[in-house]
Amino acid sequence: MTSPMLGEGILKGLAETARNFLGSYVKEDRLVTVQYPEERLPQTEAARNFPFLVYDADNWQKGLRCVACLICEKECPPQCIYIVKDTVRKPDHTGKLQFQPKVFDIDISVCMSCQICVEVCPFDAIKMDVEYELSTSDRFGSLLLRKEQLAKSNDYYRKVHPAEAADVDARLGAEKARAAKVKATAATKPAAGPSPAPPPAVA
Amino acid sequence: METLEQIKGRVEAAVPGASLQIVPNDSPAGEPSLLVDNGHALAVARFLRDDPSLRLDYASNVTGIDWLDAVVQEKRKVKQVIEGVEREIEQTVEHKKAGCLEVVYHLYSMELKHGPLILRLRTANRSDNARVPSLTPVWRGAEFQEREAYDLYGITFEGHPDLRRILMWDGFQDFPMRKDYVEPDDYEYEPTPHDDVLEKARQHFPGEGPA
Amino acid sequence: MSQALTERGLSDTAMAASIPAPEGAGAPNYTVTPKRTPDGSLEGDLLEISMGPQHPSTHGVFRMDVVLEGERVARLKPVFGYLHRNHEKIGENTTYLGSMPYTDRLDYFCSLTNNWAYALTVEKLAGLQAPERAEYIRVITAELTRLQNHISLVGFLLQDMGASGTPLMYAFRERETILDLFESLTGARMMCNYMRFGGCRCDLPPGWLEQAKQVVGEFPRFLDEFEALLTGNEILMSRTQGVGCLPPDLAVNASVTGPMLRASGVNYDVRKVDQYGIYDRFSFRVPLGEHGDVYDRYMVRILEMRESLKILQQALRDIPEGPILDPRAKLRGFRPKPGEAYGRIEAPKGELGFYLISDGTPNPYRYRVRPPSFINLTILEDMCLGHHVADVVIILGSVDIVMGEVDR
Repeated sequence: MTSPMLGEGILKGLAETARNFLGSYVKEDRLVTVQYPEERLPQTEAARNFPFLVYDADNWQKGLRCVACLICEKECPPQCIYIVKDTVRKPDHTGKLQFQPKVFDIDISVCMSCQICVEVCPFDAIKMDVEYELSTSDRFGSLLLRKEQLAKSNDYYRKVHPAEAADVDARLGAEKARAAKVKATAATKPAAGPSPAPPPAVA
Repeated sequence: METLEQIKGRVEAAVPGASLQIVPNDSPAGEPSLLVDNGHALAVARFLRDDPSLRLDYASNVTGIDWLDAVVQEKRKVKQVIEGVEREIEQTVEHKKAGCLEVVYHLYSMELKHGPLILRLRTANRSDNARVPSLTPVWRGAEFQEREAYDLYGITFEGHPDLRRILMWDGFQDFPMRKDYVEPDDYEYEPTPHDDVLEKARQHFPGEGPA
Repeated sequence: MSQALTERGLSDTAMAASIPAPEGAGAPNYTVTPKRTPDGSLEGDLLEISMGPQHPSTHGVFRMDVVLEGERVARLKPVFGYLHRNHEKIGENTTYLGSMPYTDRLDYFCSLTNNWAYALTVEKLAGLQAPERAEYIRVITAELTRLQNHISLVGFLLQDMGASGTPLMYAFRERETILDLFESLTGARMMCNYMRFGGCRCDLPPGWLEQAKQVVGEFPRFLDEFEALLTGNEILMSRTQGVGCLPPDLAVNASVTGPMLRASGVNYDVRKVDQYGIYDRFSFRVPLGEHGDVYDRYMVRILEMRESLKILQQALRDIPEGPILDPRAKLRGFRPKPGEAYGRIEAPKGELGFYLISDGTPNPYRYRVRPPSFINLTILEDMCLGHHVADVVIILGSVDIVMGEVDR
């Protein structure tokens, strides 16, 4: 193999840089800059930023799925969630009496978007939002999100995470159907009559 | 690699006077370790590094551990005469186990590609005699890690070439990783305090707190 | 080639990685022991400077107290701790699962390998076993992490050398494709929090494998372009060959691991030694250097990237269907039996290990991270003696440190 000419490596490198530079005028994949904020890249389905609370139906207070079980508060590693449970049960959007959180604060200057609260919630009440343009000039006021700011509807959840929301809806729907079936079979038993003995077999 | 009992036997033969003890490990990981006395630790380390069938030339990890003074409850079966009949009953005996600081070395061999052998060194107590020989002359890689154990636990390594604080700033008092470390009272306001931070918050801002 | 390998004692799983360096390269010209006058200042023409924590080339908040004789280094003491967050104490006060997002932030470039090392150690401690599909996903994400870490490192090294950002920007352009993969799988680009004890958090979304295959298919062409730009470049070669040589016996004694160790010629890769996970199923070679200088470390990383691409192609082809979490794994109320475990993996920077002592409570009793960057810094002074100040910057760049891991 002949020894390389002095400067050959640098010339090859310059050819490479020229290819990238001139190529950015003609080829799409060499021009990778996204002119933010005029253009924005679409976020993937799984992207996550800070949590939000999901509510069903239209009433954000009554439809809130959270029942203040305090599991997310306990499991949150930096302990950025603060919940005060209500002392009386209130009717939710289906009329069932539930405990609700009186206070639900998340400090997003502490939250590290680890998603553990979403994983441990047994009621699918807290999910990850995708909003990232949250900068503000008021550190303690605006970076502490209260229950009103956190509550967003299930339609919004379907919009930002369509596949996940579909899964959750399917699962909750199946649970509700199962609960309704159990209630229906329990309701038909006493209506059958007071006699405990089964009818004798037809001879 | 040989079993820990075999290694213990060979080390005791090669380094006279060394007293070794096998510390069991009952978890599914099952990695028992070898406790060495401080006087012979350097000689044992040299043997482990230079012995042809062990050649443990790579000190992978040097850790400090803080064991607090503990009260250990032991159940013992004691024969006692009750109502004329000699029975064996269980008696719970409490004895104090003095706390100590411990240094754990995980040793591997890059030449023979085996390991780990886990070595333990214990200090006499946690207060005035927290001294352990440094194994940096044997494994250079232990240098920064022993400095860290000194910085965070207060274990003094005798024979270390440059023992000073590494992660905390010079002039820092106290040792942060000890179990009885108390943080200085430099409370800063945060909107969602919990538990002991809430206590501090109430002291500093009596009227405020989360809404 | 194979005869040359066996002459040097290399097996067929290792391969040589150098372009020959000029004669006499590597030995420092001279070293000077600094003497101080009674009032503390340095005697003679020695100058003590602090390449301080705010510096464009110190890879984070890292300080070096350098004693110079003219332009040559007489003594060098690294000073760090500016990013010390006492991660180990936080680990003692948090549950095992709660520490997982904190491990992301150790070596913040390679969060998935950090997660894997921690999950591996807890699985060793508790006796859990991840199912096969989860193991394949772990290997795929770990090798993708290795790719993006090595390419960023080469970019930063060239930046330190004065190539003012061009290779860095090319590297980051490719890194974005990998980070997009991470985002669609785990939800976050860098702080992934993806591994769980006994498997992975969630399964691959539809279309992910095809996208990954596309990224892995296009990466070799990019690597060829990158190498055409850099490997034969005379400026790179003259600045890095013979600079910062680390002899292999000193490297082993100083507990150096990772590409820095392999560039000195020591054949020790935790993936081949421990064969954790399912690495015994993949055929890949371990690149080894000859001289242990900065050029060898750069070449070893480039060759490791090619080997990672091989592993990725095999893994993406062979990944089976199945569950991704051990059925015995518990999310809440996880209390492993009392005992201790040390688990280690070949992270892109070296051997990353976790040492956990459990006492039966939900929080570990002792939680220790064995950080490769911290320990690789032990030998920085020895490598830099006698070299110029500009070489110090390059040698530090080739050690590949991330302050999140050095300071924890």
